[in-house]
Amino acid sequence: MTGTEGTMPVLRAQNLGIQFGGLKAVDSFNMEIGESELVGLIGPNGAGKTTVFNLITGVYKPTEGSFYLNGQSMNGKKTHQIVEAGIARTFQNIRLFKKMSVIDNVKAAMGAKLSYNLFHAVFRTPSYWKQEEELTKRAEELLQIVHLNGKEDYEAGNLPYGEQRRLEIARALATDMKLLLLDEPAAGMNPTETEELLEIINYIRDEFKISVLLIEHDMSLVMKICERISVLDFGTTIAAGTPEEIANHPKVIEAYLGKDDEEVEEDA
Amino acid sequence: MEKRFKVSYFLNFLGVLAVFFLFVLLFENNAFGRSTQYIKGISTTACYTIIMVASLNLVVGCMGEFSLGHAGFVSVGAYASAIVSNGLTGKGLPDIALFLVALLAGGIAAGLTGVLVGIPALRLRGDYLAIVTIAFAEIIRVLFCNLSITGGGKTMSGIIKLSNFYWSFWIMVVCITVMYMYVRSRFGRTVKAIREDYIAASASGINVTYYKVLTFTVAAFFAGIGGGVYAHYMTAMIPTNFNFMYSAELLSEVIIGGIGSITGSIIGASFLSSLPEMMRQFSQYRMLAYSVVLVLVMIFKPGGIFGAWEFSLIRVYERLTGRKGGWEKSRKKTEGGV
Ligand SMILES: Nc1ncnc2c1ncn2[C@@H]1O[C@H](COP(=O)(O)OP(=O)(O)O)[C@@H](O)[C@H]1O
Ligand SMILES: [Mg+2]
Repeated sequence: MTGTEGTMPVLRAQNLGIQFGGLKAVDSFNMEIGESELVGLIGPNGAGKTTVFNLITGVYKPTEGSFYLNGQSMNGKKTHQIVEAGIARTFQNIRLFKKMSVIDNVKAAMGAKLSYNLFHAVFRTPSYWKQEEELTKRAEELLQIVHLNGKEDYEAGNLPYGEQRRLEIARALATDMKLLLLDEPAAGMNPTETEELLEIINYIRDEFKISVLLIEHDMSLVMKICERISVLDFGTTIAAGTPEEIANHPKVIEAYLGKDDEEVEEDA
Repeated sequence: MEKRFKVSYFLNFLGVLAVFFLFVLLFENNAFGRSTQYIKGISTTACYTIIMVASLNLVVGCMGEFSLGHAGFVSVGAYASAIVSNGLTGKGLPDIALFLVALLAGGIAAGLTGVLVGIPALRLRGDYLAIVTIAFAEIIRVLFCNLSITGGGKTMSGIIKLSNFYWSFWIMVVCITVMYMYVRSRFGRTVKAIREDYIAASASGINVTYYKVLTFTVAAFFAGIGGGVYAHYMTAMIPTNFNFMYSAELLSEVIIGGIGSITGSIIGASFLSSLPEMMRQFSQYRMLAYSVVLVLVMIFKPGGIFGAWEFSLIRVYERLTGRKGGWEKSRKKTEGGV
């Protein structure tokens, strides 16, 4: 709130890289995301975008480089510690708690808000009821934001595809993050659903004052909403800049846009 | 919402009380004639088996991991509690206090063992727990066969008979209640999330290893309590009682009753522990019968007889009176309101 923009980036990745065997999936990845910024990360299939997310969330340990959240080093931290520090994500291939109710999916991610211990749980003390009630209220608010109100008691795995993606966003919001990582949130959505999703993303940014890093396949979508874009190809950043700069970048056109038709067919 | 739960707890408590007095009435009036004592014994067996099976269900149903060595924790609890009650006899403690202290000791000993087994086994992904728990139960058995304090391979006898049906019943009720509250709280919710998807769980800020070990420890604790009741009912035991077959029996009772359903564990444990008792002369066919039932359940009802369903008197009450739960109503209202 007090920090002026630019002085302390929410996320700073420095020469981040990882090698799987001989394959450099991500190489010297650099990125700074400021407060309330919406940054896009694009690139052809297999470029290493999801791997960047896995590095930033501690799923993979980087073989080189380091990254910081609000100036605090996240190196060597476990995933749940990184989430506690303020980075939350969604998954490209949806990973919900399928057999649990919609609202329990959200509540499960709110553990940090609950402090009651075993004793309170077993004896159902007033503190148990109070905390659980506040939790339910908060979870309902979050579901409202992603337009899933009224579906609280549905089994998460039974929701239609688009709603499952939105539930993943609500679950990520439940962790109270400063930086939200969205991995192809519009994949498989029709234009109406995508429009609704964009509205939700914009609302979240304004409401929670968070930064967003967005992986997206759909170039036009990224161009429309992102303030800055980085382009990955074979693990290396081939371009970074404003949407206009990216759209006219020769390397991007060669690596990404040139193959666009082919990519679209592949996904269909 | 809170009110509906409290009414529900109260109704269920009344139900438990009614069941208890039914048993008292039957037993005190010798309703089964000469077999009354015998049936009372079987009912006690059912009580401690319920504790053991429900505790295993925490691991198998709630956490989704297979444990094939639950008898090891039962064994630790049984021996620890027997050693403690032997040591404290004649110190002027009333029987019930002696019993409770011994059970607590058994539970804590088993719980600590659970931590030791759980930390290395549950950090690994995959089916390591099944293998590690088999090994653990075997190690415990061999260890107890060689320690003099546990009888050194011979029968440990002369344990004070502290378990009777009435006490066992209430101990079982308390254990089941605590486990139920555990499952229906942030702890159970967290563990179920881990069961569903551990990567998504850790990406939701959940310390996966911590909650797995915690749940495993709670399960081991109650297995130990069950073992304590067992020891003070049998009054004599030998480490080989708690062999692989015993673990397998407990596991099949969980599966038949319903993975994840405490109601299922109660019904499964009651029937499967008492039926073979009643057919003592065919006892060598016990495991055969188990296998047949298990196969039938797997074919016709893969989730177990009760699935993940839980019995609650408030639902019966609401159905009988034709009243929708006040909870659903209030939920509708908040929806309309916003
Ligand atoms: N765990 C892993 N082991 C080996 N290779 C991996 C692993 N994860 C990702 N990769 C490889 O890294 C590259 C980048 O993958 P990914 O980040 O998923 O691409 P995308 O940009 O489509 O999200 C791919 O070649 C993929 O095969
Ligand atoms: Mg990807």
